[in-house]
Amino acid sequence: MTTLTDDEARAVLHRAILQVAPDVDPTEVDPDEDLWFALDLDSMDQLNVMVAIRDQAGIDVPEADYPRMLTTADSIAYLRSMSAG
Amino acid sequence: MTGTRSGTGLGLDAGSPAGTVEFAMPSLGADMDAGTILEWRVGPGDRVTRGDLIAVVETDKADIDIEVWQTGTVAQILVEPGREVPVGTPLALLAVDDAPEVPAESAPPPSSTTDAPGPVAEAAPPPAVVATGPALLVPASPLARRLAAEQGVDLATVQGSGPDGAVVARDLDGVPTPSALESPPRRRPGPSARPEPEAESKTGSESGLTSVDRMRSAIAEVMARSKRDIPHYYLAQEIDLQAAMTWLAATNDERPVEDRILPSALLLKAVAVAAAANPQLNGFWIGDRFRPGDGVHLGVAVSLRGGGLVAPAIHDADGRSLDDLMAALRDLVGRARSGRLRGSEMTDSTLTVSNLGDRGVDLIAGVIYPPQVALVGLGRISTRPAVVDGQVLARPQVTATLSADHRATDGQLGARYLTTIDRLLQKPEQL
Repeated sequence: MTTLTDDEARAVLHRAILQVAPDVDPTEVDPDEDLWFALDLDSMDQLNVMVAIRDQAGIDVPEADYPRMLTTADSIAYLRSMSAG
Repeated sequence: MTGTRSGTGLGLDAGSPAGTVEFAMPSLGADMDAGTILEWRVGPGDRVTRGDLIAVVETDKADIDIEVWQTGTVAQILVEPGREVPVGTPLALLAVDDAPEVPAESAPPPSSTTDAPGPVAEAAPPPAVVATGPALLVPASPLARRLAAEQGVDLATVQGSGPDGAVVARDLDGVPTPSALESPPRRRPGPSARPEPEAESKTGSESGLTSVDRMRSAIAEVMARSKRDIPHYYLAQEIDLQAAMTWLAATNDERPVEDRILPSALLLKAVAVAAAANPQLNGFWIGDRFRPGDGVHLGVAVSLRGGGLVAPAIHDADGRSLDDLMAALRDLVGRARSGRLRGSEMTDSTLTVSNLGDRGVDLIAGVIYPPQVALVGLGRISTRPAVVDGQVLARPQVTATLSADHRATDGQLGARYLTTIDRLLQKPEQL
């Protein structure tokens, strides 16, 4: 897998969120805000977003790493680091 | 509300030809007085089998797939899509195979002194199949569906930009409303759809009530009745989840993301198994006495993104494996939010669970959903100080609460119930 760029990682994240919750707008969330709280996504939504990320980008986020995907900025950095691996 | 049991959408009509039964507007919860057929999935002459999803009904709370509880042939459609009719109104005539195939347990219950729906325990349909029915309606998010109804916009005319072309709220921006086009508001037509004029007066924009208003109104009615009629008592218990969370983390570590189990599923399993062990909390208060449920059908409160909530049932939750329960929960939450629940899921709950843990609150003192006799609240799982073997340690904990009907049970039984949940969660591998 080639390493994702910032924009690609953001696109993966946003597409996955929109697939689970079509009515929210992830672009409106401040990069350092708690993404899940801001968009009113619960743990079931979060699980489904992780499934969507795995399906789209082949990145299987272990549960232990969920705390590293709290904000948009952290999520982008995390997805980039995972795609590099 | 009618006095007869109509929760299964089944009612015998003495005036019908032999072998013909009426399929009636079901009561999909204590807060439902009327519903609107959105779509028929069958037409005259079609074969139907017990459990088939044959119609979509819009209530104040959601669009619900309605099952038929008999096997036979559709003889006649009596109510066309778009018309709102009271609960109990005949919707269609069915020519049944083994007339009269009315199971004894489906007979109307003894007349009750309340206007609560009949005891679903006595006429509970079988557990709903997990497969999702074909989505014949235009794919759309619940919020978009609601906005379209309010604006009188036919979703079929809107270009969807969501996943798989689903219509989402932003797609409705700038869509001309029918009044602008000088055409009457109409719903997505089902087979031989002919929206009745009455339906138009029911759309939110004309009555001044939005569908969100109507959902609030439905919730308000049933919650006010609960607090008026049910003498609640409340108990709370801190539960140490060290063992449960450790076991869950180890279990999930070996699994791909779609097979992972959420803590909610583990908690629900414990709630259900404990309910089976304390059946006095699992059932209904009807006609001045308690009637036990015919199984543990756990109503799971699911908040909807556009506002409001529904509490559809996971049937026989106590007997399911944890994986099965997790799959059922995921399926149920997904369909609740996309507006595709089934009638049996709306009517069957014997005990409701409110899990606001994800919203960050620690303790829930919930309102019982009548005619049920208890509601379990699960707060946030968080690391808090706990005394273990004489030492203060940081441990993951949850506060479980019980709101119970004092007419049906006393605090001692309620306490035993919460203690049972606690004990079960100390041995998660056995759940």
